[in-house]
Amino acid sequence: MVAYLTQLLAPLLLLGAALAALRKKQDVYSLLTEGASQGLRTLACIAPALVVLMTAVQMLRASGAIALLSRLLGPVFAWVGIPVECAPLVLIRPISGSAALAVGAELIAKYGADSLVGRTAAVMLGSTETTFYAIGVYFGAAGVRRTRYTLPAALLADLTGFWMAAASVRLFSALGLYI
Amino acid sequence: MALSIVWTGMLVLAIVCACALGTVPQTAAAMMDGAQKGVSLSLSLAGILCLWSGACRVMEAAGISRRIARLLRPLLRRLTHGCSPEAMEAAAANVSANLLGLGNAATPLGIEAVRRMRRDETATDAMCRFVVLNTASIQLLPTTIAAVRGAAGAAAPFDILPAVWLTSAAALAAGLLAAWALGRVWSRRGW
Repeated sequence: MVAYLTQLLAPLLLLGAALAALRKKQDVYSLLTEGASQGLRTLACIAPALVVLMTAVQMLRASGAIALLSRLLGPVFAWVGIPVECAPLVLIRPISGSAALAVGAELIAKYGADSLVGRTAAVMLGSTETTFYAIGVYFGAAGVRRTRYTLPAALLADLTGFWMAAASVRLFSALGLYI
Repeated sequence: MALSIVWTGMLVLAIVCACALGTVPQTAAAMMDGAQKGVSLSLSLAGILCLWSGACRVMEAAGISRRIARLLRPLLRRLTHGCSPEAMEAAAANVSANLLGLGNAATPLGIEAVRRMRRDETATDAMCRFVVLNTASIQLLPTTIAAVRGAAGAAAPFDILPAVWLTSAAALAAGLLAAWALGRVWSRRGW
């Protein structure tokens, strides 16, 4: 039952947005196509990065580097309760958004979208940001040089997010939210 | 620049490991394979990405982002305490754009908010809190991730939503709590 409700969420959101826009006498159809062409442009921006980064990620996987890294970090991750397969994602996430997407997509494809590892990777990607990049962009553009405690606080938020991603996926699958 | 170092570092690590572990043939094959996988991943993202970019435009036109901004005002007022109303306006617009997943619109608004808060080369407490808020992603619909999941054959690509919301909220709370605690002990002089 709960699983069906979460499945309904996205279609209902789409419908709700369309109805709300219609009530405001907006041209829903051309807004949709306009947005879709914007989506294509976004894709054109990230696709070259994905190709280049996916090459590096696949080479890391094939060379055995990721397995080695996972074995090294295994005890720490096991102690915290995060699947050790997500270690590469945890390391790259604060540094680069597109690299994290490449690493996460590889994990999701390798272990399956509906596996514990695949779901945890997806939740990590969806609920954390490219911390270093964001701090650099916002303070850089505003000409602020001393960022004080922003980085430690933001990294603590990231760590909490990584831990909570694993914990919440475990919790929700125990609650029977997933099919 | 950071990415150049990261990418080159990944390659160095892969090649050193390939030589040390005797996986040179696999690694060489993975180079071609990886590029091809990057292309197929990009293509498989196209559908959902376009659909939800369209949905986000509709939500924006329906005034949902403005309504979210209004809902957020009490929270943001506490967060950006002591800032000008103009700075708060930009901050509210930035947060609601982030919530709707309009990353391209959110960044310039966020920069504008930080600019309006700026006094000198040192970040104020409000600026630190605002940037922490931005680094803890608060997105209602993580569409790109749903697209990746859909492409990998997920039964319900959006079934991660509750977990994503809970995780985002926890990360945000931890970040803001840390910012608040550090703000009391960190001197204005420090880096």
